[in-house]
Formats: sequence, C-alpha cells, structure tokens
Amino acid sequence: MASIDMKNIVKKYGDGFPAVNDVSMDIADGEFMILVGPSGCGKSTLLRMIVGLEDITSGDMMIGGKKVNDKAPRDRNLSMVFQNYALYPHLSVFENIAFPLRLQKAPEDEVKRKVDEAADVLELHEHLQRKPANLSGGQRQRVAMGRAIVRSADAFLFDEPLSNLDAKLRGQMRTEIARLQRRLGITTVYVTHDQTEAMTLGDRVCVLRKGVIQQVASPRELYEQPVNLFVAGFIGSPPMNFLPATLNGNALDTPFGPIDLDEKRAKAVGDRDLVLVGIRPEYFEDASLVEETKKGVGSTFTARVDVTEWLGDSQYAYIPYEAPAEVTTQLKELSRELDSDQLRTQAIVSIDSTSRIREGRESEFWLDSRKVHVFDPATGENLTRDAEAGAALTRLAAEERAEQVEHARSRSVAATGEQDVDEAG
Amino acid sequence: MSTREKVLWVVAGIVIVVYALLPVGWIVSLSLKSSSDIANGQFLPTEVSWENYSQILVGDAAELFLPALRNSFGIVLIATFISCVLSMFCAYAIARLDFRGKKLILSSALAVAIFPVISIVTPLFNLWRQIGLYDTWPGLIIPYLSLTLPISIWTLSAFFREIPWEMEQAAQVDGATTWQAFRKVIVPLAAPGVFTTAIIAFFIAWNDFAYGISLTSTGAARPVPAALGLFSGASQFESPNGPIAAAAVIVTIPVVVLVLLFQRRIVAGLTNGAVKG
Repeated sequence: MASIDMKNIVKKYGDGFPAVNDVSMDIADGEFMILVGPSGCGKSTLLRMIVGLEDITSGDMMIGGKKVNDKAPRDRNLSMVFQNYALYPHLSVFENIAFPLRLQKAPEDEVKRKVDEAADVLELHEHLQRKPANLSGGQRQRVAMGRAIVRSADAFLFDEPLSNLDAKLRGQMRTEIARLQRRLGITTVYVTHDQTEAMTLGDRVCVLRKGVIQQVASPRELYEQPVNLFVAGFIGSPPMNFLPATLNGNALDTPFGPIDLDEKRAKAVGDRDLVLVGIRPEYFEDASLVEETKKGVGSTFTARVDVTEWLGDSQYAYIPYEAPAEVTTQLKELSRELDSDQLRTQAIVSIDSTSRIREGRESEFWLDSRKVHVFDPATGENLTRDAEAGAALTRLAAEERAEQVEHARSRSVAATGEQDVDEAG
Repeated sequence: MSTREKVLWVVAGIVIVVYALLPVGWIVSLSLKSSSDIANGQFLPTEVSWENYSQILVGDAAELFLPALRNSFGIVLIATFISCVLSMFCAYAIARLDFRGKKLILSSALAVAIFPVISIVTPLFNLWRQIGLYDTWPGLIIPYLSLTLPISIWTLSAFFREIPWEMEQAAQVDGATTWQAFRKVIVPLAAPGVFTTAIIAFFIAWNDFAYGISLTSTGAARPVPAALGLFSGASQFESPNGPIAAAAVIVTIPVVVLVLLFQRRIVAGLTNGAVKG
C-alpha cells in the first residue's frame, strides 16, 4: 500500500504535442481517485505513466515516497486492469490469476491458497479450469480483477474497465469494484469517461481537459461548486443548462426572466456585460407543484415546452431559447469538447413525474435561484464559486470515507476471525 | 441453398478433388506396377507388386535412396528449426520495436525470396568448394535458410502484429521481464503462427532440387529429390520409372503426416478471448 504523488508531470509526444501538461496531484494511501474527462484529455496516458508503460517527459512520479520515473513496470509493484482485460488466452483462469505469483516464483501451495482467496472474493470458483475464450464479458472482467488482486500490489490501476460491458452488468460490476476497494483498502486510480462511475466510485475525482487538470475534488464539490464552465458542463446528467444573461442591479436578465442574486454573488459578477448562468435541471420545477413557502426563494416564468420525456420516476422538459451569437458559438464549442454535440440552444428541465405539463404548450415554471452559478463566458471561470463550502464538502467526504474504511476493516477482521474458529472446529 | 445449387456444388467439388488427386493416384498406381507391367497401357496395375519398394528400400537402389532420405530429414529439420527460431526473433522485433532500417530488412527479405535460385547456385558451388562446405550438411542448410527465412519472417511478423500489445504490457505490469513476457505470453500465443511457418519452411526445403543436385556429389549430403534424378534402371534399356514412383510416394508421406498432425495447431482464433471479442 502506498501513496502516489505526481509533481509537474508532462508528457510530450514526438510532435511536441503535450498530451499531459503539468499535472500535480497527491493520491493518499488507500484513496480511490478517479481520472475523468472527454476522450483525448490525457487520462489514460496519465495512468500509463503511473504504471510505467509510458515514458515521462518531465516531472516526478513518486510511489510510496520513492521516485519511480525510470523504473520498469515490473519494479513498481502496481497491478492494472486493462480496458480489454488482456487475459492470456492460452492459460486457464487459474493460471491467469496465478500468473503474477508464478513470475515471483511463489511456492505451489501459496499460489493455490492465494488464487483460491481471489476466486472466493470474485466468485470464480466454478470457472477456474476454463479458458478465457469460454467466459462471458463479465466473467472475463472478474478474472482480470482477480489477476490484479492476487498479488499484494501497492496500488490498483483501472483503465476504463467497464466500458466493454452492457449497461446492466456495468452497474453490478461498479458496485463490486467499490466493495472490493473498500474491503482491501488499497490505493486505486481509475480512469473512466463515464461520469456515473466517476461520481459513485471516487473519493476524489480529477477532471482533465486537454491534458490539464481542471479540478480535483470530491464528487459533491464538483457537482455543487464547479471551478469552471467545463467542469460544470461535464459533471451531471442531464448536463447543466447555460443561459446567457446580463446583470441588472442585483438581478440577472435571462431568456427565462429575471433571476435574483444575493449581494455577495452579485458583487462577484461585477460589471461584466454578458455572463452565462449555470442552472442544473433539477433546480427547475413545474410552478403549479411548488409549495407557496418555497416559491419565495426562486422566480417563476412561462415558457413553451418543445419536447417532454416521461421516465416514470422523473420527467424532463426541453425548452428552446434564443441566445446571442457570441454565446452560441461558445456553447457549441463547449458541447463539442464534452463529446455531446448539442445542436440547438435549449434548456433541459427536470420536473416532477406527476406534472401535467405537455409538449407545445405555454407552461409556468419555477426556478430555485439559490444554487445557480454565474460563469464568465470568455474565460469560463465560475464567478460565484464558494471555495470554502466546496472544501467543506470534500472534507466531509474524506471523513465519511475514513469511517467506512475503518468499518470495513473491522468487519473483515471479524469475518476472518470467525473463519479461523470454523476451521479450528 | 436449393437442391440444384447443392448438386452443382457437389459436382464441382468432386471435379476439383479428382483433378487434384489424379496425379497422386497415378504415382501410387505406378509404384505398384512391376517393371514388366509399367507399359500395360492402363491406369491400374494388372497385379499389385511391391517390387519397386523392395528395390529402393533393400535392393539395388537402397544405397542411393536410404542415405538420401536420412540426409533430407536431417538437413531439412535442422534448417526449419534454425529458420523458425531466427525468424521468430526477427519478426518480433519488426512487429514490436521501432528502429531504423526496419523497412530495409523487410524489403531485402522479400528481394532474397524472389531471387532466382539458379542464379546463385553457380557462385555458391565455387565458394563452397573453396571453403570446404561442398557436399556437407551445413553446405545445404545455409542455402535452405536463405530460401526459408524471408517467407518465415513475413508470415511470422504478420502473426505477431495480430497479438494485442496489451498482452505484453499486462505481463510486464504483472512482473515479467521483456524476455519472460516474450517467452510466456507472446510465443505461446504465436504458436499457431510458428507451426504454420515451420510447415511452410519444411515444404520449401524438402522440395528443393536445384541446390540439392548442384552442391552435393555423394551420399554424404545428397537429399532425396536429387537422388531420385540419379536413379537408373536395371539395364540401360530399362527406365527407372517404377522405383522413382515408389520413392516419390515415400517422400510424400512425411509431408502428408506433417499436415495432418499440425492441422489442429494451425487453427486461427487462438487469441479469441484474450481481449473482448
């Protein structure tokens, strides 16, 4: 077990293009860190630099306090799960899992015991003698994890391990990975482009864009206090709505009417002409369903709904709006960068599933203005970010996490204790 | 498929098989005819006779044929083995490493492969006599390597390229040295490719005639194809067709056995299941 510290890591390819640019990050011992970002943001490259499959152009990579820049992958004592699993097709599942132990020349009975343990954890016992070709996608994935956990590695590295599975299996394996990591308490770095995985698995999430770190924080902080337009747009599904607005006194004029800001936030916006207001879909509601007491903290407006989507537990309404040309290009740029080609300027609004709002009609909506963020359209910077509140969220997550690990460890100690008693009896 | 189509396919299949097997059948039938029966004007022998086989295995021609058979096996197996080992390393380097002159190696290998054998034979003959390799096993193994290496390098590098990079990287992360990763992961995965290459190399060397006839003079190193050419009849008025046919049947056997043996090993798709298929 070890911490991973990166100092000013740079990766330049032959043509001088920096795939990873000046990344500094400390991953604590036992922490679950997620690297997330759209394709081509350098997250996989960074992971491969940690494990040693990619050379580091400059900067220091420290694992457990030791510099490993020039060490070969096999000397770093890390284990990795590849996107396509990379199982050895000529070996049985047992031998696949045992492979790292065989290389260490471990004695036969130790190999057998450790593979059995791993197979227990991953429920692979009945498949041990089969070849990888005869396994399903989920089983292969478990074998790859078995190969990673069988050796007492200093850290686990995952490179989009679930992207080849279908949606249902992905959900199962996600919780499986979370459980495993909590149980083993091993430092983990996990690369994904799926934000559900990022939000649910990570103690902290590192959002990368074009090889540069945007923000490293707990999922909650990322969601509630994003540092810029990019993070705000990337985290959350459906994504945050960005409305063009102009400041008018303490209120913002938006296509959906005025939104009141408190003193502090209004001051932060300053004298900018045009800003972008970021509003998450769930800050909206069907005005007729909002309690009178709550109505005061927001504003109401009427708009024509283009399309509604009813999903049973929730309902989304799409409201098109007009935006000035300069903002439109900015938003198009952003959505292209986020791998989601949004064609029109429209707001996605989450309303109660019982709402009777229907397509094509003028309807009244209510908007909770307490949590809206204001962004500078030119730099993308979040003008109303409350760094303190954000840090508090991350601190809270860290405390919860420590508690969970403690709990899991005491439980596993108790479990092994019981087992010993059973075996003795 | 309609019945009509099926019938057409079967008929076409039979025609092709008969066309391909007719010469083989002919040789077999010829080898079973006694010397007086050879000109009987019919496909099958009037009476099956083992005279030709006994002649080449224990009779007059045995001292020409048996050493040649031993030479052929020894020389060709050694040449195939060396060629496989060398081309395995070479192909691995070509498929995996980036180095200067990679294109040059591949294209010169191709150039060697298309070079007419007959144009090299004469200079080799002179050279071999000078340095004492004439009529020895190494004197044939070396030219056979030049015949088999280019094709082996080309086929094997194609096979190596098919093996996902990740397999090797996974092995390295699991704690393997480059050599261990090569030996424990890449070589087993490339096994079908290596077998295919070995068979091709074996055929090429086994079938060679030009080197065999020119670079040998005695039973010390003369391979079977060359020896066949030197068979003579019992008298100069008798053609040695019968013994030649029998010898041809015998030298075909190892080739057939080889293919049948390794047929299962040459299955594509061994890498299925390595990565998400």
